[in-house]
Amino acid sequence: MKRMGDFLLSQDPVSEIVIGNTAVVRAMIETGVRVVSSYPGSPTPEIANAIASIDVDKRPFYFEFSVNEKVATEVAFGASVNGHLSCVFFKSVGINVAADTFVQLGLMELIGGMVIILGDDPGANSSQNEQDNRHYSRLSYIPMLEPATPTEVYQMFKEAVLISKEKKMPVILRMSTHVCHAKEKVSFKAMPQLNHSDEPLFSPENGPYIPLTSKALDMKRKALQKWAVVKEISNESAFNVEERFQPKKGFNADFKLGKSKVSINIDTQKDQKRGIITAGVPYLSLKDVLEEVVDKPDILKLGFVNPLPQDKIIRFLEAHHEVKVLEELDDFLEQEIKRLAFEQEIKVKIIGKMDIEDWIGEYTPDKVREVMAKTWKDFPQPVAEDQEKPKINPRPPQMCPGCGHRSAFYAIKKALDATDITVADIGCHTLGALEPYNVGQVLLCMGHSNGTAAGLSLLNHKRRVVSFLGDSTFFHAAIPGIINAIYNNHNHTLIIMENGTTAMTGHQEHPATGKNFNEITQKIPLRQVLEGLGVKDIEEVDTYSQQKLTEAVKKGMDKEGFSVIIAKHPCMLKFTRDQRKAGRNTPNPVHIGDKCNRTYECISEFACPTFQLAPDGSVWVQEDLCIGDRSCMQTCPVQAIEPTAKRGASHESI
Amino acid sequence: MNQFDIYLSGVGGQGIGLLSELIARAIDHSGQRVIGADTHGLAQRGGMVASHIRMGQTVHAALVGKNRADLCVSLERHEALRAMNDFLKNEGTLVYYDALWQPLDVRLAKAKQVENTEIEKEARRRGITAIRVFEDSLEEARMQNIVVSAVICKNSLIPGVNQNHFLLAMDDLMKGKMLEDNQTLFQKMVEKP
Repeated sequence: MKRMGDFLLSQDPVSEIVIGNTAVVRAMIETGVRVVSSYPGSPTPEIANAIASIDVDKRPFYFEFSVNEKVATEVAFGASVNGHLSCVFFKSVGINVAADTFVQLGLMELIGGMVIILGDDPGANSSQNEQDNRHYSRLSYIPMLEPATPTEVYQMFKEAVLISKEKKMPVILRMSTHVCHAKEKVSFKAMPQLNHSDEPLFSPENGPYIPLTSKALDMKRKALQKWAVVKEISNESAFNVEERFQPKKGFNADFKLGKSKVSINIDTQKDQKRGIITAGVPYLSLKDVLEEVVDKPDILKLGFVNPLPQDKIIRFLEAHHEVKVLEELDDFLEQEIKRLAFEQEIKVKIIGKMDIEDWIGEYTPDKVREVMAKTWKDFPQPVAEDQEKPKINPRPPQMCPGCGHRSAFYAIKKALDATDITVADIGCHTLGALEPYNVGQVLLCMGHSNGTAAGLSLLNHKRRVVSFLGDSTFFHAAIPGIINAIYNNHNHTLIIMENGTTAMTGHQEHPATGKNFNEITQKIPLRQVLEGLGVKDIEEVDTYSQQKLTEAVKKGMDKEGFSVIIAKHPCMLKFTRDQRKAGRNTPNPVHIGDKCNRTYECISEFACPTFQLAPDGSVWVQEDLCIGDRSCMQTCPVQAIEPTAKRGASHESI
Repeated sequence: MNQFDIYLSGVGGQGIGLLSELIARAIDHSGQRVIGADTHGLAQRGGMVASHIRMGQTVHAALVGKNRADLCVSLERHEALRAMNDFLKNEGTLVYYDALWQPLDVRLAKAKQVENTEIEKEARRRGITAIRVFEDSLEEARMQNIVVSAVICKNSLIPGVNQNHFLLAMDDLMKGKMLEDNQTLFQKMVEKP
């Protein structure tokens, strides 16, 4: 078996099939990163999996999952101003949490260097929006590189480090979902000899680091001076690559991807030439589409999305009579490119976003095919969908078999009136908003629920309000909302869905579990925190005790003021995996006994995916799914769900 | 091989990730270029999961286009029909393990369960070769992906990829008893008449 940790540390050059999230860890090691921090969030948590594959004593850098993205950014910042090359990574919307800290970074002298890996999520595959974080680069004067493939992830991280260390400024590596999760064979170079010093180099002399009064403006000036230098780096960078499909007379240069510094000698006679400026994943999708196009336009593929390589863009615009700007999400490149064309008085038709749909969704090959079909008529045009295909409903995600949240929602629903307002939060328990539970009616972001619930309870004398939270989110961003509820005497009930892990993103530890990424640590129990904050009314119930939980919620909601119920049960997905790893079998699955009178409570209300509806209307148990937790047995009004002595039937024999 | 696209799907928890990694590495062991991408995150919780594998010199994006897959591999019956609908080209090949993990709408009686006859009928209409896999003797559901990989190998469904390449890929990904059990099962299935 190949161990990831082995090739990540290999001294010799090595080629391996990896995802972008793994490739970036090799780049961290090769560049001598000393401190890495993060908060888990898709599409980036596999970076931590790659780090975890290296034994702690062999790991060449310190890594932690911090309590949230803001703290993680501060940890990496602190390390950098002390002379250590650092890196922080988190998901797209994580930067909103980190923003207060993040926007200051460009003003600081980061003497050790610092790279921010942003896992953007065009298409909102696993996020509450698909925000275009390229705007953050503009906002903060922090350069941004955008790789398209795992190989480019590896190369561009190293480039980001070079710039960051030399200019003592942060650099962003923007990796979108299908760059993080794309896989290919990457050729890693030999491990360089690195000499680290643990000497703490922090000194106010390196700064200033205190942006008070007029200093803030001086620091901004310095940031802008650095920005001007980075513009030149972008202009010269071999990551901004031109590919010509229509070489003009006397034009022989090879413009393939790579770091070769070929001087571009573009023929400025443009006749009817078309060009496309693009970057990242849309570039790859475009290349797929171009396989079907005869008259291929030239491409300028950007590695620097901010600052743009202005000279290269100007030359490209001058050399073409029509240029398409192909970018997913917002018109970020388009605005800048149009500005350049205007300033330079270049006569060129620039085609950017054409309608609202161009602003939405990931630029997969299918999407780019649609966008380009609208742009140029000789591109493949959409074909009519085959209308005879059988229809099939989508399969939304759902809670796992045995999930404590299912028991919780089943029980909580019994305590709620139809008029009650339920405020969801982020985590696996967000799935309670889906059928058949429909608990959770409004959601903004991590930790919003208590602030939002407080607002909903104001001037409200008719409808009760209940908010939800997960345990990792409790620490991440929810504590101010809870303090606010106590401090300002708000009237709502908070239900904390405690499953003892950060489940949705892959079971990371959190402050209440007693473990951090590296070691056993002090436990910070939720209840103690709540008591310390001054919450008077706290009930703790195991969610498998459904009746007790229903009663606790009723009691909590009947009370005036702020009350908290901790609805706890360990994540059963993690539990069963741990059991299997330890060589223990899960208990036998349940089965449906003769008493079944087809009330369908197990299917329609409890809705464990284990219970399947046979075409004849009977209910059967999918034994491949059932983990034998038996939390379902109490839900059947006629006690027809029974434990099984041994495994047996499958749908083949039913 | 100029270009060959494979789309894999199933339900979160079925082992699509391992199957995808196995196939990608088998292709690599055959000396052919391979790229791809998996689904991670939220969707894995009992939802539809998909994985994309693309081989050949002329493929660029990690994702397979709609109606463009040469081969669809599914680990569940409903997802087999969905994969065929959304990704498989006419005259392509579908191989699916006939596990039945009903989606919510079927359980709530809001939609009909997909039947194998429906898949067969649609495959005939579109000139698709559909291969249903079901192994009654298999006790461990988490090994269904290995059974499917053996069927892919036995029928030479991926150009240039043979049994040896699959076994080497397993060597890369597993060790100890797991490797032994999976290789034994794989070989048993390949040799099965």
